[in-house]
Amino acid sequence: MNNHENDKELQRLLKQALPGAQDMELRRDLWPQMLRRLDDAHTHRLHIPWFDWVLAAGTVAALLIFPGAIPALLYHL
Amino acid sequence: MELLERFAAGDPDAFEALFRQHQREVYAWIVRIVRDSGAAEDLTVETFWRIYRARDRFDPTGNFRAWARRIATNAALDHLKRVRPEIALVDDFPSPAKGDPAISSELRRHIKNAFLTLPAKYRLIVTLALIEEQPYNEIAEAAGISVALVKVRIFRAVRMLRKKLNFVRLEAASNEQSRKR
Repeated sequence: MNNHENDKELQRLLKQALPGAQDMELRRDLWPQMLRRLDDAHTHRLHIPWFDWVLAAGTVAALLIFPGAIPALLYHL
Repeated sequence: MELLERFAAGDPDAFEALFRQHQREVYAWIVRIVRDSGAAEDLTVETFWRIYRARDRFDPTGNFRAWARRIATNAALDHLKRVRPEIALVDDFPSPAKGDPAISSELRRHIKNAFLTLPAKYRLIVTLALIEEQPYNEIAEAAGISVALVKVRIFRAVRMLRKKLNFVRLEAASNEQSRKR
C-alpha cells in the first residue's frame, strides 16, 4: 500500500472510530445565558470584597493613630 | 448606522442582534471540534463574551462571520487544551449505525486513544480536516494559520497516528484475513 492509500485508510478508520458530529443543531436560545455572563462580569467589576474594605479602613486608622509610621510604611512599599 | 458599526461602537442592541444571527453557526462550528453539545453551548457563550470584549478592535468593514469563527476556534482549542483527554470525548454522538462492523470496539478504542494522545492543536486540525472534511482554506482561516501549515499539521498528525496505530492495524488486518478464510 502506498502512502496515499495508507492515509485514506487511516482517515477511514478515524471516521469509523470518531464519527463526525451528527447533531449540530442548537436546541435552545443561548441569549439568556449570555446576558447572565454579561451581568456577572459587570457585577464582578464593581464588586470589592468586604475584607478589602476592612483592610483599607484598618490601615487608614493605624496611620491616623500612629502618623510616625507613615515614613516607615513608605520606605517598605 | 450599520449593525456592525453600531456593534463596534458598543451598542448592546447591535450585539444582541449579532448574537441571535450567529449563535447557531458558531455553535455548529464549535460542536464539530469539541464533540460535546454541553461544552459547545458554554463555548458559544464564551466566544461571544470574547467578541463583546474585543468589539473595539473589530473593523466594521470586515467579515464578522470569519472573525467570530476564528474566536470560536481559539475558544474551542483552549477547551481542548484544558480538558483532560479522558473526558474530552464524552460519547455525546453515538457511533453511527452504518459503522463498519469489521472495526471492532477494541480497535475503535485504540484509535480513539491514539487520537486523544495527540496535542490539542493537532486534534483540532485532524478533527476538522479528516473527520469533518472541512476545506483546508476554511480551516486555515478559522485557526489563523496558513493553508501550508494546515497541511503540515495534518501530515505530522497522520505520522504520529500511524506510529501509534501500526500494531493495531496489523492486528485488524490479520483478524480480517482470518475472518475471510
